[in-house]
Amino acid sequence: MEYKLTFKDYSNALTKGKLLGLKCKDCGNITVPPKMTCQECAGTDLDPVELSKRGKIVTFTVVNVAPEGRQNEVPYIIALVKLDEGPWIMGNLVDIDPARASMDLIDREVRVGFRVFPGDKYAPGDRARPVFSFL
Amino acid sequence: MRKVAIVGTGDTPFTFATEKTSIELFSEAAMDAINEAKLIPKDIQALYLGNCLGDFSEGQAMIQSYAANDIGAFHIPATRFEGACASSSLAVRDAFIWVASGYYDVVLVGGVEKAASMGTPLATRTFSMFTDSHYEFPAGLTFPAMFALLTHLYAKSYGIPLEKLKEQMALVSVQSHYYGKFNPKAQFRKEITVDDVLNGFMVASPLQLLDCCPFSDGAAAVVLVSEEKAREITDKPVYITGIGQASSGRLSVQKDYLPRLRAREESAKQAYDMAGVGPADIDVCELHDCFSIAALIAAESLGFFEFGKSGEAWEKGETKIGGKIPIDVSGGLKAKGHPISATGASQVIEIYHQLRGECGERQVEGAKIGMTDTLGGDGVLCNLIMQKGW
Repeated sequence: MEYKLTFKDYSNALTKGKLLGLKCKDCGNITVPPKMTCQECAGTDLDPVELSKRGKIVTFTVVNVAPEGRQNEVPYIIALVKLDEGPWIMGNLVDIDPARASMDLIDREVRVGFRVFPGDKYAPGDRARPVFSFL
Repeated sequence: MRKVAIVGTGDTPFTFATEKTSIELFSEAAMDAINEAKLIPKDIQALYLGNCLGDFSEGQAMIQSYAANDIGAFHIPATRFEGACASSSLAVRDAFIWVASGYYDVVLVGGVEKAASMGTPLATRTFSMFTDSHYEFPAGLTFPAMFALLTHLYAKSYGIPLEKLKEQMALVSVQSHYYGKFNPKAQFRKEITVDDVLNGFMVASPLQLLDCCPFSDGAAAVVLVSEEKAREITDKPVYITGIGQASSGRLSVQKDYLPRLRAREESAKQAYDMAGVGPADIDVCELHDCFSIAALIAAESLGFFEFGKSGEAWEKGETKIGGKIPIDVSGGLKAKGHPISATGASQVIEIYHQLRGECGERQVEGAKIGMTDTLGGDGVLCNLIMQKGW
């Protein structure tokens, strides 16, 4: 069975400003980032759809110890965002000094943008990196 | 299914970087386990070996085959298990199934890791491999970051002010260090205070240095045998009576269920149902306290405390020896150390000695039923229940 929305296509779309997901024809739920099956009902009849790129922060952290090769990025904020369509995605919150990050960030409305993570020797190749900015 | 007993155990001290190789570490643990079981290497019919990061720490893959050869268990089938920090728990579970099925009578199972030897940047990078490489690592996700995300979510979900939660979390580390003092093989054998935790370096907010377990080197091994074989070896066998294992997708796909990990609840239920016991029957538990918050989350999903109430349990001393459910009295991952692929087998060894009454100053008196809980990455869970067999 062919993969409906591959990582490459999802990632390329994000770098053109489009956030794609998969809508399940059986239960109507949206799965994003893409998978072979609907993450609610395991259905396989899925259609790629363009999403609103809007959501709310559900949790966050300021990272001060980075993996090898990424030390120059600290401090950076990772956030999980609940999209208006339901799914959660992970990305970086920009728009705010990490020193000012607090619990008040939770429930703040954000828009999804992107940067590119160029990969490293273990994970080669460009990867779209969702970023969030306040609405 | 046949009954399966643990009849031999061996573990190296868990340490900062050691000059011993992974094979040397595992062979030391393995020979101790084989000797305790009054067996010789040629009695071993199969080796199930947990090892995650040998490829990166030593440039050594396929370690299982060389490890079997090293201890003189020549030409036996040897299989490597990779389930992140739960690797050797998965190996024990599979070894149990093969002995229970009747296919083998004697299996050596364990794990080894040299995580401390990798140094923090490489260890942090390779531990990040236990997250989604394509969809979550690009954001810079690390292991402390994953549990830091869950900490803020936990505070929000259960309406606990972050400062209050942080104090409760600190008590988890304080308790683990207290018991680590009594474990001669623990990496940290000194007490710490709540202030020490709250004044530590911020690794990934709100997790500070002493909320986090260390990187460690070490190995652990156990010998599993059939009931019939166990009777020949010991009059104090410890039986594995319940096993559970479950998996999940990447952190974000677990969404609304978080900060609970559904895989843990599925896995624990399997183990409880198989053993015919419930949380109230467990006398001693070794659970996966890779971070202080991880212990709170685990204790709730295992059914020991209500959701959002674990912190109060640690405050009241319910997790200490003499409390409702003694947790991580080995020192846990926090103080005993966390050589990731050795951790699950090490937890099993602690329960084995607790049930046999061999733990000295950290003994839970009269313990008859014990449980382990091991988490790998954000998606692998394994639970094992053991019972005194005499």
